[in-house]
Amino acid sequence: MPQLTVCPSCAERLEPEDRFCGNCGTNLAAPLSPAPSFAPAAARDRTEDGDYGLAPPVAEADGDYGLAPPTRATIPGQGSAQAAPFAAPAPAPAGIADPRETLLTTEPDTEPDTEPDTEPEPAEPAKPAAACVACGIGSVDGDGYCEHCGHAQPRRRDHIEQELALVSAVTDRGLRHHRNEDAFALAEATLPDGTSAAIAVVCDGVSSSSRPDDASETASVAASDTLRAALSSGTEARQAMQEALLAASESVNSLVEGDTSDPETNAPACTFVSAVTTGELLTVGWVGDSRAYWIPDDRAADNPARLTEDDSWAARMVEAGLLSEEEAYADERAHAITGWLGADAVELDPHTASFEPDLPGIVVVCTDGLWNYAESAAELAAVVPPDARTRPLHCARTLVGVALDGGGHDNITVAVIPFPASS
Amino acid sequence: MAVLSKSENPNIPQFTAEVYQNEYLPEGGREVNAIVTVTSTGGGTGGPPAKQGEGSEASGARAYAPGHGPSAAVVIMVDCSGSMEYPPTKMRNARDATAAAIDTIRDGVSFAVVAGTHKAVEVYPGGGRLAVADAATRGQAKEALRKLTAGGGTAIGTWLRLADRLLASSEVSIRHAILLTDGRNEHEKPEELRAALDACAGRYTCDCRGVGTDWEVKEVTGIASALLGTADIVADPSGLEGDFRQMMEAAMGKEVADVSLRLWTPQGAEIKFVKQVAPSVEDLTTRRVDAGPRAGDYPTGSWGDESRDYHVCVEVQPAGVGQEMLAGRVSLVLPSADGGAPEVLSQGLVRAVWTDDMAASTRINPQVAHYTGQAELAQAIQQGLEARKAGDLDSATAKLGRAVQLAAESGNADTAKLLAKVVDVVDEATGTVRLKKNVDDADEMTLETRSTKTVRVKK
Repeated sequence: MPQLTVCPSCAERLEPEDRFCGNCGTNLAAPLSPAPSFAPAAARDRTEDGDYGLAPPVAEADGDYGLAPPTRATIPGQGSAQAAPFAAPAPAPAGIADPRETLLTTEPDTEPDTEPDTEPEPAEPAKPAAACVACGIGSVDGDGYCEHCGHAQPRRRDHIEQELALVSAVTDRGLRHHRNEDAFALAEATLPDGTSAAIAVVCDGVSSSSRPDDASETASVAASDTLRAALSSGTEARQAMQEALLAASESVNSLVEGDTSDPETNAPACTFVSAVTTGELLTVGWVGDSRAYWIPDDRAADNPARLTEDDSWAARMVEAGLLSEEEAYADERAHAITGWLGADAVELDPHTASFEPDLPGIVVVCTDGLWNYAESAAELAAVVPPDARTRPLHCARTLVGVALDGGGHDNITVAVIPFPASS
Repeated sequence: MAVLSKSENPNIPQFTAEVYQNEYLPEGGREVNAIVTVTSTGGGTGGPPAKQGEGSEASGARAYAPGHGPSAAVVIMVDCSGSMEYPPTKMRNARDATAAAIDTIRDGVSFAVVAGTHKAVEVYPGGGRLAVADAATRGQAKEALRKLTAGGGTAIGTWLRLADRLLASSEVSIRHAILLTDGRNEHEKPEELRAALDACAGRYTCDCRGVGTDWEVKEVTGIASALLGTADIVADPSGLEGDFRQMMEAAMGKEVADVSLRLWTPQGAEIKFVKQVAPSVEDLTTRRVDAGPRAGDYPTGSWGDESRDYHVCVEVQPAGVGQEMLAGRVSLVLPSADGGAPEVLSQGLVRAVWTDDMAASTRINPQVAHYTGQAELAQAIQQGLEARKAGDLDSATAKLGRAVQLAAESGNADTAKLLAKVVDVVDEATGTVRLKKNVDDADEMTLETRSTKTVRVKK
């Protein structure tokens, strides 16, 4: 992971141990190289090509976290038509001052359009903020609201994309929730035998808990860090997954602060699902109702499969033979989860499983914001693009699009790991 | 929630603002309610280091070193109309009470005593000036009180205007007055009093006390309300001395004046009301003064170490499910001495989030529910007593019954006790009451005067 010396959003100077920017609060742990793209939320409205209107990933080479200029100004010939209506009229720092600012994903092979040092310097605090995305009239105040119409501005976590060589992911606020309480963390590890491992962790904050967004972000980062360290040092994958689950659990527990006796507030909590690919092996771990699916390339030769078993009321009912799957999922209690990470979890019961697929395919790691719209493995396989294994980021975007088309009632997070590791 | 700035003035207390609300609205929902608890602490004693205001707590009031503490001026207005002589103890008690209040004036504070009849007369020090409190001046002032005799009418507007002139003669940061009356404002037209109040509002604060039972509750509470002070009844003149001392101690504890509650609301929003709801109900909605785009200031008077709650109700333009809006920004602001941008002492955010989660959007915030009830309680008492006076006994029974029910539900024991002196409570849970046949004037007036007193949410 490259050492950041200044905040990618506001250029505040950072200490090596900083995980969040002390000035604007940007999470410094999440954007591993390459930087995720923060697309304007308004872009979610465009659905015609299944691509959700996100500007294609654009050059900005070398892993430098310099602030990308507004899309319109710097990307000749690509994406500008789509992004223009939502681009900032003037360069301004991302993050709190102007969360709409589009940071673009990097593609290592592409030449940069501009030298990093010619990019606009982060603005001084006194510089006028850009116009509100909702009314276009007011400027945005220090709390992230329009000083004219009061509308909250898109936030960093509303839409995040990340693409690594071996794994990609997209998370989106969806259409009905006011903030994104999902989080993902991606990583790659080099095993002692020299081969590469892909790591994806996806967490869904429990809405009824306090600070669910913090819980999911903390848990996913903790788990991904643990997995990378453990796998690099030669720990067996299922053991590493077990350790990651415990690390994630502890990190969420540590978020509890102050008086915990108030029955009105629940301790921070989230679900957890992770998949890692190591050589011939595919290992998953989970708590709660976030899922991993196996989708083979050749669906005639092999069947798609769900790799996880929900900790949910519906799953319990089906397991106990009390209700059919259809009946169970029709019940309003279906999604009540029976397992989660958090200080008030009765007992942590982490599940892990390993598989050895004999055909190429992809692992889809996702929250219920996706699988609500493609519940069975077959339904999901039907909406996974045929070239998913070679274009995992595109696949993740497409699946997010499926959920948004379906109504986007929840936050949506999708990570896609090609199998076997293609490099 | 937020302490924005350490005040440049070391004597200004630290303000905090906490917002209690259910920010979730159903699809199409417009009305946003929030309770904002504003607390000021520190000032001359704790908090930021005081350059010259070091002091310590003593029996609830600040004991400042001589000549220190915030600069302040106080005028005591004593009713000397003819009725003060019936019974004669009334005048004597007023004199003793004023003497006790004078004893409580901190060294260095400017003060004066005014005798009020159909005109206002300076009793001490005279000559349109204020005296500076020390042992000698306090003694002289008490000596001068012997001159107070009853005789003449009542024209409170003239008293208020004289107090204003006297207070304005002094370069101080906190201007306060204490008004004692025992009768109706009979010797000037209501418009004249109104005009005097308009002229004095915002220039000084004034605590009012009605002694005996021959005064008009609405008149006295109206003066206190306009001048951002407290109002109360001292039915038994012998209680005056303790009450005056307490009032003066509270006045001496004030550390910053002219604080305004500033409310920003988004374009297209309508402010339904802004009320102080604790320690008493005071509707501030109509007192708004525009303060820049989409913002307005509501006066809150002067602050010592204390905590007050405000209920803000705003109607915003609805946005789609999943959208979030800032429905209001509530800040406490202090005008700057040089006419520049006011200092923001603290602020809180009132949010609106539209959701299709019915459980979230139908939840009522306990603070909002509580103070909605307290405001209704005050109104029910006032309407009930009015109906009773007008002879509409059915309506009076219904309103006062509702008041009994609300007082019981919310744990407002003081108000419940006062109500029980006016009605026989059959069942407080259902609000079943019978009007008492004979009600003491003092009890009825006490209930009316204190109807706006609220209690805080039970923890």
